[in-house]
Amino acid sequence: MIFKRTRYWTQNIAKFVIWIAALSTIAVMLLILFQILKEGLPVLHLQFFLESPKEMGREGGIFSTLIGTAALTLVAIAVGAPLGVGTAIFLKEYTRESKTSRMIRFGTDCLAGVPSIIFGLFGFVFFVIRLNMGWSILSGGLTLAAMILPTIISTAEESIKAIPYSYREVSYSLGGTKWQTVTRVVLPGALPGIFTGILLSVGRSIGETAAVILTAGSSLVMPTSLFSPIRTMSVHFYILAREGISMKMAYGTGAALILLVLIINVVAQWLINRYIRHRT
Amino acid sequence: MQLPEKIIEKFLLLIALSSIFILSLITFFIFEEGIPLILKVGPKAFLLGEKWIPSKGLFGIFPMIVSSFWVTFGALLLGIPLGLACTIFLSELTPPSVGTLFRPAVQLLAAIPSVIYGFWGLIVLVPLIRNHLGGPGLSILAGSLVLSFMILPTIITISEDALKALPPSYKAGALALGATHWQTIWRVLIPAARSGIVASVILGMGRAIGETMAMIMILGNSVKMPTSFLDSARTLTTNIGIEMGYASGDHRQALFATGIVLFFIIMALNTLAIFLSRRRAR
Repeated sequence: MIFKRTRYWTQNIAKFVIWIAALSTIAVMLLILFQILKEGLPVLHLQFFLESPKEMGREGGIFSTLIGTAALTLVAIAVGAPLGVGTAIFLKEYTRESKTSRMIRFGTDCLAGVPSIIFGLFGFVFFVIRLNMGWSILSGGLTLAAMILPTIISTAEESIKAIPYSYREVSYSLGGTKWQTVTRVVLPGALPGIFTGILLSVGRSIGETAAVILTAGSSLVMPTSLFSPIRTMSVHFYILAREGISMKMAYGTGAALILLVLIINVVAQWLINRYIRHRT
Repeated sequence: MQLPEKIIEKFLLLIALSSIFILSLITFFIFEEGIPLILKVGPKAFLLGEKWIPSKGLFGIFPMIVSSFWVTFGALLLGIPLGLACTIFLSELTPPSVGTLFRPAVQLLAAIPSVIYGFWGLIVLVPLIRNHLGGPGLSILAGSLVLSFMILPTIITISEDALKALPPSYKAGALALGATHWQTIWRVLIPAARSGIVASVILGMGRAIGETMAMIMILGNSVKMPTSFLDSARTLTTNIGIEMGYASGDHRQALFATGIVLFFIIMALNTLAIFLSRRRAR
């Protein structure tokens, strides 16, 4: 009896500790968001979004950095998404477990673990210097495309895997070729999942700083072409905060950044939930 | 009809090789830029030298290697228990309704940009440490605390997968033998998922070592051998992040050489983690 009692005591204490740990993790996260939003939200007026930074960011808003962020993200997705989805199609539809596929998976897994500062160094020496693109939207976007590739591949693979095999068999039995089956049966079904991966990559591109500052620069001018240097929102935020240019503007930009990432993730999570429920 | 299909397949293979191609490009260019300097200074003087004074041609990164490991070690000290607790919470203790809220919250933890973490550390943790524990506030302790939260999503998602992959009979068997739920979790499920959990910790460690922006904002960046957790420090990543903006010549090459060391550490950790999770899969 005594033994029995102690082990239930242990169980209760352990479960209590775990509940506390889990809840305090969430509490800390909410605290982080709250403390920045509390100071930052009052700064966010429409004017703040529609005006470009003035006097190094002491005055004005964040308009040009929003444009820069959008341009960079677009380039990253335009290059990264086809490569990632193509890789997923090849891995799931065109090959079985083989030496090639194992090698590709290993490469993707390794790429996922490479820190952003290394991507930055690479992008700087390869795109900015060697290919002579300078600090530009293109250099930054291509570097980001390489960074988001693993996310897009793994989400696309997951969603392609979720398409029942019978769908493909029906297509084949109707005389469809492999490519017709992929483009007209598999991809349409996998689209929500692929879109989710793209959305998560957009979130990552918006928040990325280390790689972007080394490849797209930190110039505050309005971009005019793909070869313009730009300053993204997160780089702007970093510079405002680190160089102590304006705490008010830093809070405002930080709050805008958080809201943007929050919205993107809520939509992505909603899609994942809906998609998973739809599937099972 | 046959020919286009073959062409499509070859084309897709080419696309699929892009991640390996990128990885090789990264490796090649970082080494090409950094190796000449390592050879010029001498590998020993570079890795074990304690003086980093680029203007005098002194490039020793030993304090940064040590600092990187201090910061990472500190982050794991809090990150592992917290991550494991959240994993157990998610996979065993939580009712589904709480789980559907908790899981997205963990994902959000991963989505918060590192500059936001850094800023929060700077405005909240740093003054707190300076006022209550002393020292400059910009410290390894502050960096480790922030990092321990940044690596949680990695630890939680991968070790949860490891727990999920266990056959249900493990749990059923333990419970049928009269073990309490907690004994089942602690003595059966966790040990059985060991290699996956270790892999998650190793990947978390990789994230911690690779983190740059948040650390630039919190660590204080002075180049010296750390002697306490309240010291300010400069890690491998922050060394690159801070000086890359204005470095040229040998100095810039030295930053790429720092990148090589970082790359080696990360690749070793990645390979180990991939090996461990493959073993689990088998």
